[in-house]
Amino acid sequence: MEVRVANVRKEFDRFPALRDVSLDIRSGELIALLGPSGSGKTTLLRLIAGLERPTRGAIYFGDEDASLKTVQERNVGFVFQHYALFRHMTVADNIGFGLKVRRRNRPPDSEIKRRASELLDLVQLTGLEKRYPAQLSGGQRQRVALARALAIEPRVLLLDEPFGALDAQVRRELRRWLREIHDKTGHTTVFVTHDQEEALELADRVVVMSQGRIEQVGTADDVYDTPNSPFVFSFIGESSSLPVKVEKGEIWIADRTIGISAPEVPDGDAVLYFRPHDIELLEGSGGCIAGTVAASRRVAGTRHVELEVGGDRQRVELEIPTSHPASEKTRIAFRPKKWKLFPVAG
Amino acid sequence: MAETQTAPSPRQPRFRSAVTETRPARYALMAIAFVFLAIFLLLPLIIVFIEAFQKGFGAFGEALADADTLSAIRLTLLVAAISVPLNMIFGIAAAWAIAKFEFKGKAFLTTLIDLPFSVSPVISGLVYVLLFGAGSVLGPWLKAHGVEILFAVPGIVLATVFVTFPFVARELIPLMQEQGTGDEEAAISLGATGWQTFWYVTLPNIKWGLLYGVLLCNARAMGEFGAVSVVSGHIRGLTNTMPLHVEILYNEYNAVGAFAVASLLAGLALVTLVLKTLLEMRYGAELAATRGH
Repeated sequence: MEVRVANVRKEFDRFPALRDVSLDIRSGELIALLGPSGSGKTTLLRLIAGLERPTRGAIYFGDEDASLKTVQERNVGFVFQHYALFRHMTVADNIGFGLKVRRRNRPPDSEIKRRASELLDLVQLTGLEKRYPAQLSGGQRQRVALARALAIEPRVLLLDEPFGALDAQVRRELRRWLREIHDKTGHTTVFVTHDQEEALELADRVVVMSQGRIEQVGTADDVYDTPNSPFVFSFIGESSSLPVKVEKGEIWIADRTIGISAPEVPDGDAVLYFRPHDIELLEGSGGCIAGTVAASRRVAGTRHVELEVGGDRQRVELEIPTSHPASEKTRIAFRPKKWKLFPVAG
Repeated sequence: MAETQTAPSPRQPRFRSAVTETRPARYALMAIAFVFLAIFLLLPLIIVFIEAFQKGFGAFGEALADADTLSAIRLTLLVAAISVPLNMIFGIAAAWAIAKFEFKGKAFLTTLIDLPFSVSPVISGLVYVLLFGAGSVLGPWLKAHGVEILFAVPGIVLATVFVTFPFVARELIPLMQEQGTGDEEAAISLGATGWQTFWYVTLPNIKWGLLYGVLLCNARAMGEFGAVSVVSGHIRGLTNTMPLHVEILYNEYNAVGAFAVASLLAGLALVTLVLKTLLEMRYGAELAATRGH
């Protein structure tokens, strides 16, 4: 099922949570909504589910306008961060709930039972039909929640921070497992996360959101290698930035050029972004960025160095292999290998 | 080996936990609590039963078989049978509204629910006299249409409903607030209608709290004196509830009769107490399971 979000705006008490968001989700795709808290990602997910109503705009499932339908009619599978399992029902009853409450095409009880067992097999919890949610671990509960959502054969599967409440080990395990289930069942799946590792590893495409807007939509490679805004550059992966001046395509820090040029960028103030590990360490002081080491700390296999650059002592972080002689020095000169310039507005 | 090393020598000051008192202090506190309870609660209760059976079981039975007494028991059961279900429905509705929705005037509604607890029951009764009595605005109209409220069963029911309505709501509001709306959202996303969600998800989640509230509500509905006394008119065999009947019998120096009816009310209190304790044990476990999620 294709899902199209068209110019959706959502306000809570006049405060905009989403401002004019449009997004095309392809059929069978596994897509991640990634952003810091307050970026509107969960709101967008709840709008697709029908748990919230858009202030403006529409949501289409295929060619049909889903925004005119209630949650019940949309037939979506929704998995909550805190599972929201029905605590007084057994695992089997939880999974069968969506089929039991159907008024049309309600399968007979034996069929509901069979479906529940089948789904328990799929989520690798065979034999736990008679348990109650309180008797399961967090990871098991989330698997039951997913089985319950899948039981109604949803047109779209929506997951709100599905692994947010679990510890790191279980998280990694469930991540791989969700990918497998997705590949097996082929549901169009949207999940919300604030964990970029999760989004980049799991999703076909990542939607990076900030302050109620979509900043960029792309594959893991797209958003990491060619971020289209300062926000995406600093949000995805490690990044360092320095304020610079552009003059006739030359980049200046204070009164020196730094040996890289950007002919297509207009003159004026700009910010230079690069990855702290993606640099070239140099000798000397011409045609490079040089600074004094202000702080340095060892993190696993690399040394993180904070460098003070230029007259106004801009701080910038670098990652240097511990074996490199520069990691012992008090002055370091370098040039970013890959970088991006974003002009300062106004 | 380790034991001999850690055993304190008699000279060393004994380790004392920061949150516990000395032994004499603890016993003194416990003694005060028990003596107080014995004198002010247990003793009167025992006296009620002693007085009731003072002239033997026969007299006790006769006192209860009296026509006016039977009518008082019937009226009390009737009033409870009407007011408790009403307050159950009202309590669920109010708790639902307060716990699951955001709206203007929510804080005001919450305060309003507590009103019957903070107002003297006599005043609650007087309100109905002022509202429906002969001298009120509604009085002549009611009289012209033959509707009897004051000094009749409807008035007693209204006063009882008023006095007992916080019990269920106050029990459910914190419970439902803690549970949030996640389960309901899950149910509707799975295709359940509003009623199905209520019957299969919300109600089972609150059932123990609800039962607890209903129990307290019922105990108060049967035992209410002040508000009912104002609106009842004390007509023997017609508008006397059990607590009112106890007072009348006592004022007529019919000690056995008064204490026989009183012992029924006391018995009701004891049964309520036992059920409440049982529920608390059960309901406590349920709440703990809820927190585990």
